[in-house]
Order: sequence, then C-alpha cells, then structure tokens
Amino acid sequence: MKQIESSLYQIYKEMLSNYLESKNEHTLYSAQQFSKEMIEQDMSPEDMISLHLSVFREIIQYVPDDVEDSFDVLLEVMVGYGLAHREHQSLRDRQRELESELNVAAQMQQSLLPSDPPSNENGVELGLISVPAGKMSGDYYHYMTDDHGRLGVAVADVIGKGVPAALCMSMIKYAIDSLPEQRLQPGPLLENVNRVVEQNIDNHMFITMVYGFYDPDVHQFHYAGAGHEPGFFYRAKTDTFEDLKTKGLVLGLSKKTSYNEYVAEVELNDMIVLLSDGVTECRYGNDFIERDQITALIRKYSHLTAQEIVENVYRDLERLQSFQLRDDFTLLILRRNM
Amino acid sequence: MQVQTRVDIHSEWGIVAARQAGRKLAKEIGFGSVDQARITTAISELARNIYLYANQGEISIEEVASAGKRGMKVVASDRGPGIKDVRSVMEDGFTTSGGLGAGLPGVKRLMDDFDIDSEEEEGTTIISIKWLR
Ligand SMILES: Nc1ncnc2c1ncn2[C@@H]1O[C@H](COP(=O)(O)OP(=O)(O)OP(=O)(O)O)[C@@H](O)[C@H]1O
Ligand SMILES: [Mg+2]
Repeated sequence: MKQIESSLYQIYKEMLSNYLESKNEHTLYSAQQFSKEMIEQDMSPEDMISLHLSVFREIIQYVPDDVEDSFDVLLEVMVGYGLAHREHQSLRDRQRELESELNVAAQMQQSLLPSDPPSNENGVELGLISVPAGKMSGDYYHYMTDDHGRLGVAVADVIGKGVPAALCMSMIKYAIDSLPEQRLQPGPLLENVNRVVEQNIDNHMFITMVYGFYDPDVHQFHYAGAGHEPGFFYRAKTDTFEDLKTKGLVLGLSKKTSYNEYVAEVELNDMIVLLSDGVTECRYGNDFIERDQITALIRKYSHLTAQEIVENVYRDLERLQSFQLRDDFTLLILRRNM
Repeated sequence: MQVQTRVDIHSEWGIVAARQAGRKLAKEIGFGSVDQARITTAISELARNIYLYANQGEISIEEVASAGKRGMKVVASDRGPGIKDVRSVMEDGFTTSGGLGAGLPGVKRLMDDFDIDSEEEEGTTIISIKWLR
C-alpha cells in the first residue's frame, strides 16, 4: 500500500509540475486517465485532495497560508463526498447481489412452467409466448395433453408485478397440478383454485385466470374464466373475431364462488386466443392499444403457424411501445387444423 | 495515562465544542489532516444524533493504546429514547437524509472500530475507535 501510494505520488507530482510549466491539454488528458486508476484503487476524494496539497507544497515550495488554510474547508467538505461515494459503492455491490439472487429465482420460476414444447398433434396446434416485464413474471400459463388427446390450457395473471406476483404464480401452478380430476371441468377447477387462493394470500392480491380444454373428438372448447381479460374466438369461415367473454369473480375474493362453463364449437382453422392484460395494456405514447388492433395483428399473421403468429404479434407490439414492456405479456393461440 | 475529555451536548454549540476537542486530540496523537477531518466528521454525526434524538448527552474522547497501536476513542452516550432497530439503522440508505452517505453507517466507515449499545427507553452508547497507522 505504501508503495502504491508513493508511486501515485510520483505520477501525480510529474503531472502537476508538467502542467504548471506547460499548461497543455495532453497533461490534462493524462490526469483524466489517472483518475480512473485512482477510483479503481479506492482512493477517496479527501485523500486525493490531500495528495494534491502535499504535491503542490513540494513543487512550489512556498504555499501562502491562506491557500493552505482553504484546504481545511475543502477537506471537510470532501469527507462528506467520500462517504457518499463509498455508500454508493456498497449499494452497488448490494444491487449486484440482489440481481444475481433474482436471476436464480427467475430460473426457478422458469422451471415451474411447462418445458416441453406443446405437441401439435391431435388436430390442434398451440402457439405460446410469455415475456416478463422484469426478471420475474406474474403471468402463469399451462398446457397439457391427456391420454385421449384432450388439450387443457390456462392463462393466469396476478395483479401486480415482480417478486410478489411471481410467488403467487407458483401457488397457482401447484393448485392446478393438485387437481388432475378436474382438468375436464373448467368450472369446478376454478372453484377449487379459488379456494386455495382465498385461503393462502392476503386480500390485496388478486389473480385472474381462464382455463379451458379442447376435445378433438367432438371439436369443442370448454372454458371458464375468473375475472380474466376476455380472449378471442376467431371464426375462419367468416374471418371474424368474437370476444371470449366469461362471467366469474376474480380469484381469492370470496370463499364460495361458482364459475360458469361455456362451450364453443370449433371448426377447421378456428382459433382460440387467450391473453394476459399485459397484451391489451400495451401502450404507445399515451394511448392504450385497442383490442381490434390486436385482432388485426393476429389476422395479419394468420397464414403462419400458431407459434409464429404469437411471436410476430409480440414483436410488433414490442416495437410499438419502444421495447419497454410495462406488464408481463402472455399470448396463447390454439388452432384446430384437422 | 491520558485523561478523558468530556463535552456535554445539548445544543449546536456543544457539537462544535466536541469537534474542536476532537480535532485537537487527533492532532496531538499524530493523525494527518485527512484523518482529523474524518474523526471530526464522525464526532459531528454522533453529536448531532444526540442533539436531535436524545436532546442531551455527552461525547467523550481519549487516547487509547493496544498491541503497540495508538488510537483515539470516541464515545457518544445519552439517556434518550434509544434506537429501536439498530440493524436497519446500520443499513446504507436508511438515514432520513437518504443516501447521502452520512449518518451512523458513515460513522462506521470513518472510524475503524464501531459498536452500538442501545436500549429502548434507556439510551444509547456508541463506542468508536480510529487507529493511527
Ligand atoms: N442517539 C440516538 N438516540 C435515539 N435514536 C437515534 C440516535 N441516533 C440515531 N438514532 C436513530 O437512528 C436513525 C438513524 O440515524 P443516522 O444518524 O444514521 O441517520 P439520520 O440522523 O436519520 O440522518 P443523517 O444522515 O442526517 O444523520 C435516526 O433517524 C434516529 O431515529
Ligand atoms: Mg444522524
């Protein structure tokens, strides 16, 4: 340390005497480079001031008393800056720590979501994209094909973002996993999930959810919703979109609620679109995106595969809001193709 | 050995007096100008806290020696309300001044040894030492 100090002293002395003699920009440039090294060596501002004074003293031999005394004031002020600087460094270290903790948590969360790509057999094709606004997501999605080729899908949205929302999300996953007998009963499934949510989270957190399954034998989609952003039903024959409206209370509001079950007859190339409100609450400037802008995008890409549709819609919406997601974004499309 | 100097803190004058006494002793012990400024800043912060939160108390300073090292010990004590949650007070960014580096975490950085003993309703004693290098 003493050695470093004395070599810094020498370097600084050389710079300062150079500058006092020639006043050239080149020396100032060296000083700027030097400052980086000083910061890296954790030299505090007050130490720097003191280094300057001692070097200055040595170079010009006689420093007027007033100048010398003025450094007392400067030093006192710089101690304060030094403290702020060190606090900043420690907060930055802490932030890095938190960030890496969050990365681990985000990976764990990822492992809660279905990892196999959706199978596109059984006459139905699934496309899905889910992008968190931050590191962790408050959106949940689920898909699963049973032994009879029936495909169950869900999208849930925790009101709120980040870590608290993500913690809630994991509860939804376990609730759905623990209800295998209800996979073909959207209404009762939501009733049970509602009970779990109501018992386990406090009142100011809300979760909306839509659950449904497609039965390829009868070409029907059965679904129920809990206060969730309505999806769309696309009729290929007429090339029109309808809202996939559901009636049902947000999860966790009341102990006993029942959820209506709906059925849609699905014809060839019809699409079922489920989404989280991160999709409809996309904003550009001060305007929210309109629902018919979303359907227009889906139509624009409807000649592609379901997966390509959701990816393209996401890309367009992302660009529309200058690549700043405000909310977690989940878009799921199911299309009958046989 | 060295005598203790005590300064009563019950006004801003006391804070200045404590700084003055601290700077004088630091100089005598042989601290350089930067460390003098650090020690006085620490004394300031401790004394201000006494003045603001406990109304009155005292700062006492003395020279100490241990294992061949010389140093300066600053003790701030009061019988004020005490600090409820010392751990969070010692977190960076907690102070009411909000992330300006000062406050108790700042004192801890400015000095080498630092210890708080605080009991609610009983008062607070903060002992800190700066060693001469
Ligand atoms: N001697 C004391 N007696 C009682 N409470 C105290 C005492 N010293 C500090 N505290 C409590 O600890 C808190 C943190 O003190 P600290 O000096 O770190 O920051 P601050 O005084 O709030 O802001 P500043 O950065 O301006 O000093 C204070 O807000 C106060 O509540
Ligand atoms: Mg304070």
